[in-house]
Amino acid sequence: MSNMEKEPFFSAKNLRVFSLPLLRNNPVTVQILGICSALAVTAKLKPAIVMALSVTVVTAMSNLIISLLRKTIPDRIRIIVQLVVVAALVIIVDQVLKAYVYDVSKQLSVFVGLIITNCIIMGRLEAFALGNRPWPAFLDGIGNGLGYGLILVTLGFFRELLGNGSLLGYKIIPDSWYIANGGFYSNNGLMLLPPMALIGVGIIIWIANSRKKKA
Amino acid sequence: MNKNNNSYIIAYAAILVIVVAAALSFAALKLKSRQAENVRMERMSDILRSIGQGGDADKAADKIAYINEQYKKYITDSYAVNTEGDVVKGADAFNILLNLKAEYDKPEDQRELPIFVSRDDAGKPLYVIPVWGSGLWGPIWGYVALESDWDTIYGVVFAHKSETPGLGAEITTSWFQDNFKGKKIFNQDELVSISVMKGGADPYDPYSVDAVSGGTITSRSVENMLKRDLTGYAAYFRKMRAGQDNQAVSPDAENGPQPAVDSTIVNNAGHE
Repeated sequence: MSNMEKEPFFSAKNLRVFSLPLLRNNPVTVQILGICSALAVTAKLKPAIVMALSVTVVTAMSNLIISLLRKTIPDRIRIIVQLVVVAALVIIVDQVLKAYVYDVSKQLSVFVGLIITNCIIMGRLEAFALGNRPWPAFLDGIGNGLGYGLILVTLGFFRELLGNGSLLGYKIIPDSWYIANGGFYSNNGLMLLPPMALIGVGIIIWIANSRKKKA
Repeated sequence: MNKNNNSYIIAYAAILVIVVAAALSFAALKLKSRQAENVRMERMSDILRSIGQGGDADKAADKIAYINEQYKKYITDSYAVNTEGDVVKGADAFNILLNLKAEYDKPEDQRELPIFVSRDDAGKPLYVIPVWGSGLWGPIWGYVALESDWDTIYGVVFAHKSETPGLGAEITTSWFQDNFKGKKIFNQDELVSISVMKGGADPYDPYSVDAVSGGTITSRSVENMLKRDLTGYAAYFRKMRAGQDNQAVSPDAENGPQPAVDSTIVNNAGHE
């Protein structure tokens, strides 16, 4: 125990806990968790970013709290305890978004509430927070949240750029390119539909897997 | 201590729930006033946007103060009418607006429908009519600004709670809303409202606009919402239009917006 306490905050082991879920063991591409929301909120970049941050906050905080409580939680109701903690955090996040970034909270609407059902969070609580000390658990939560966020932002980037010709609401594709103005370009409406999001996730998983084999 | 003991489990669950409930109530109380302020500000800002004002809110240091100030500056009056076309005395239009859904849940003859009055650059009155309806996934709402003829649309704003981003949610974009400018809601004396046409509207048809591609159901919802909610005002609009025909000049051009008061007060008794 005393050895553990002397371990530096950013030891190699802790950093690994943080960095592993970013690419190598990404919750979306490797564990195929959290696909549902990855499809729902990525038609535009901005909601994708806010969703990524919200999920990161919730995973990190719930990991931290459950890890602090881990020695007291009765086994038989541990899932319920986890659920209560996650739900409470999600509601707080939702309220804070409504108070301070009202516009974005309107865009995310129901999906903030649905963070509760994001399998990444419960997955990390069961797999990591219940058996590890608070600090690594917190890092694990941040890592997984950001790993999930990375996929969301990548998807949001391509879907908004190719589907709308804009990024964060700013026009990127020049107006003169469009067929309507005598150009050659037209937005791909399919990018905005859920099936294309699924195909997009598939492509990202494919790329991630082929890279992993080489490494 | 035995963690699988029943009394331990029950005590643990009870304490956990009480602590969580306390934390949530605390957060809700702390943030409530700010959230309510956001809602008020959103309504004001939407009213302003329907008449083409308040667009610089994002650049303002204090958005809420800016919107409040702009609202005071541009919205000169507000009042409510009933479905028979009479002005309801003593109604607070903004309060009705804050809970517009409840108003539309009432039976038709008890509804009090708010109208907000502003003026364009030339000093002619503009009338902002709030509308409320259901989209594909949740409520949609909006504001229709009418010119002083109670017919031509000066501008519209639409908003939604949970339409699909990139599809139905496109009703909030300026390309869709700009479509409505200059369109008309009356054909002779019949309130035809605006049709939202899938596949593109005839640009010379004053009663229809383009739908959002991929957002068919939301587009249709916008059409239904406009038709239903404007119809609630139809009696009042007709009265006002009839008044204008007789006088050739807008009746409230000088006296401020107290339209047709003489003819309406009489019928008010039953609605207070």
